[in-house]
Amino acid sequence: MNRIRTLVWLIAMGWLALSPPSLTSGEPFLPQQDKQVLEHLTVKATDPVAREIRALRASLLRDPQSMDVAVALATMLIEQSRSEGDPRFLGQAQAVLAPWLNHPTPPSSTLLLRAMIRQHAHEFDLALADLDAVLNMQPANAQAWLTRASIYQVQGRYGEARRACQPLLRLAGRHVALTCLADIASLSGQATTSREMLTASLEHAGISVRERLWILTVLAEMAARTGDASAAEKHFLDARSLGHKNYYLLGAYADFLLDQGRPQEVITLLQHETRADGLLLRLTLAEQALHLPASKNHTAELAARFAAGRERGTRVHVREEARFTLGLLHDSQTALTLAQTNWAIQKEPWDARLLLESALAVGSWNAARPVIDWLHTNHVEDMRLQQLVAQFPEEQS
Amino acid sequence: MRLILTIALLLLTTPAWAHKPSDSLLSLTVQQDRIDVRWDIALRDLDDAIGLDANGDGAITWGEVRSRHDEIAAYALSRLTITSGETHCPAQAPRQLIDNHTDGAYAVLLFTMTCPSTIETLQADYRLLFDLDAQHKGLLRLTHEGDTTTAIFSQESPTRQFTISETSMWNQVQQYAHEGIWHIWMGYDHVLFLLALLLPAVLRRVAGRWEPTPDFLSAFWEVLAIVTAFTIAHSITLGMATVGLIALPSRLVESAIAASVVFAGISNLYPALAQRRRVIAFFFGLIHGFGFASVLSDLGLPRGSLALSLVSFNLGVEVGQLAIVAMFLPLAYGLRNSWTYQRLVLVSGSLGIAALACAWLIERMLDLKLIPL
Repeated sequence: MNRIRTLVWLIAMGWLALSPPSLTSGEPFLPQQDKQVLEHLTVKATDPVAREIRALRASLLRDPQSMDVAVALATMLIEQSRSEGDPRFLGQAQAVLAPWLNHPTPPSSTLLLRAMIRQHAHEFDLALADLDAVLNMQPANAQAWLTRASIYQVQGRYGEARRACQPLLRLAGRHVALTCLADIASLSGQATTSREMLTASLEHAGISVRERLWILTVLAEMAARTGDASAAEKHFLDARSLGHKNYYLLGAYADFLLDQGRPQEVITLLQHETRADGLLLRLTLAEQALHLPASKNHTAELAARFAAGRERGTRVHVREEARFTLGLLHDSQTALTLAQTNWAIQKEPWDARLLLESALAVGSWNAARPVIDWLHTNHVEDMRLQQLVAQFPEEQS
Repeated sequence: MRLILTIALLLLTTPAWAHKPSDSLLSLTVQQDRIDVRWDIALRDLDDAIGLDANGDGAITWGEVRSRHDEIAAYALSRLTITSGETHCPAQAPRQLIDNHTDGAYAVLLFTMTCPSTIETLQADYRLLFDLDAQHKGLLRLTHEGDTTTAIFSQESPTRQFTISETSMWNQVQQYAHEGIWHIWMGYDHVLFLLALLLPAVLRRVAGRWEPTPDFLSAFWEVLAIVTAFTIAHSITLGMATVGLIALPSRLVESAIAASVVFAGISNLYPALAQRRRVIAFFFGLIHGFGFASVLSDLGLPRGSLALSLVSFNLGVEVGQLAIVAMFLPLAYGLRNSWTYQRLVLVSGSLGIAALACAWLIERMLDLKLIPL
């Protein structure tokens, strides 16, 4: 009897050990100890930023009519959302501005902030409508021009993006306008000149650390697109050495390393970055490349996060989901559908790449057609995209 | 300041956020005049709304949450209004637990709302967090008699109305009868118990040996008597357990059912016992009734039409049982003269049934001992 019991116990334990960890909501539980930590906040109450946000909130509470305080608070919250990678702050910024945004004619400073919030939510058309209204009221608003340029660039509307950069030559620093223009030019047929121009602007005396980071990241991505791996590597390392933590830079560098076949370095780079979905995705791709067992759990975790995101009814991370579905779930048909949905929203090189890769995996020339046409029309210079296009049968002939 | 903001914004496509935006998950299960609610709200959101991190160390502990249970309940409940028809359905004080979702820990509020009468239209007015976070959403899951509807509350659409359609009486009869049939077919233990008792029904004992029954009618009456005894017995306990007169632990019932199958199988090898099959059918039928009752209670019983569901379910069980008998009897009657039936089917069949049931018995009994794990 005892032996049977031991055997059954062993089987039960084995089953428990083998069953996958539950990642979505399981059974709710009653924690056993008061000191058990349930949640870590992204910002401690004692952080200087948190203190400043609290002070602004308090003064807005004292004087709810003060638009200047509300705009300052919303600006800080948007900034916070970017540095913490947390979209909650965007919703909070929008709530702070609500009394003015509910007006029939909202003031331009609040509209500008709403445009940025909408830009982050990938509601590009709504954001552009807000920017139109701002620029109608304030044609010299440099921020509005720059935001408009970057939205057009993401949408692949390069002509309009260029036109939005031009006013910056007189409204903002020359290097701002140059970077704005060069980034677009490098995508649309003038990669070499753009790189020279931008490299020169790094010598500009008055540029801040953030601006340097931005320019170096743009340069690194340009170099990677033209196939100049050693220059790309150097720019990425220079940008990293500035010591500013930046999610975009981490993601772009990880992509570069993955393309270079250096997954081990991606793991070193991202092993502690499991909170941001986009970075966890790259980490998991690296783990898969090295056949590490961790890739299984991380794939399940990502699947649960995408499912939770879908429940909300908003689709912000379609690009990441397409890449996840193609690269980790190996479901090319679903990946193709996602990549097509994503292509309707945004048209950056990665969006084109995902659509081409999944179309290749499915073997569908027709699905790739719109992207290939688009690449030709815009003279997009990207070595990897051209290699992909060459794999389609009719392109070879 | 302006320029810094400008520059940072060009790095536009943040690689997917570290978190998703704020959601709460609201699950309403409607039954007659009451709504069972489970509401999951992120601790981070509650911290923004009413402050949970008392010592400001950036970590929210269970102690900090527990000491604010009253405030959490008051905050949440003041932002959810459910009305049935025109009248408000008040909520009980919630029980509070914790659950981990993909983006962090959530407070789980469990409570019941009671409306004045059976709910026909349900109006939900959801205002949680919209004043603090314009992108917050409430993800609603409304369940009624197994049908689930989902909806999303947002600042732009904070109210929703639902019609709770009553399933018709005939639908209900069908549904429960279907479950009854299904259960007797899929619950192999009931089928095997009955078969073990029926195997000797086409034979009779003459001078210490099994002999085929001379005519169909006497086999038929024998089968009818056993099946009726089983039916009467399990109907009694099914009814008593369903209305709550007797409650037995389900492990005990399940083990006893397995034991009854072992006993029925073995009894065929002992002619003295085999003669008392009607008594066995009745006595163990009482135990099988408890097994049926636990299935019925898992289905969820509408309070208003308990009797109807009970009778429909029971009818389903009998129909399922009759179908099995109708297949068994002609087959067994046709084979009863052969040596195969008398030796192989009766003896080996009974032994096989007993052996299988033995395995069930061990499984179910050990499961009982595994509970502390």
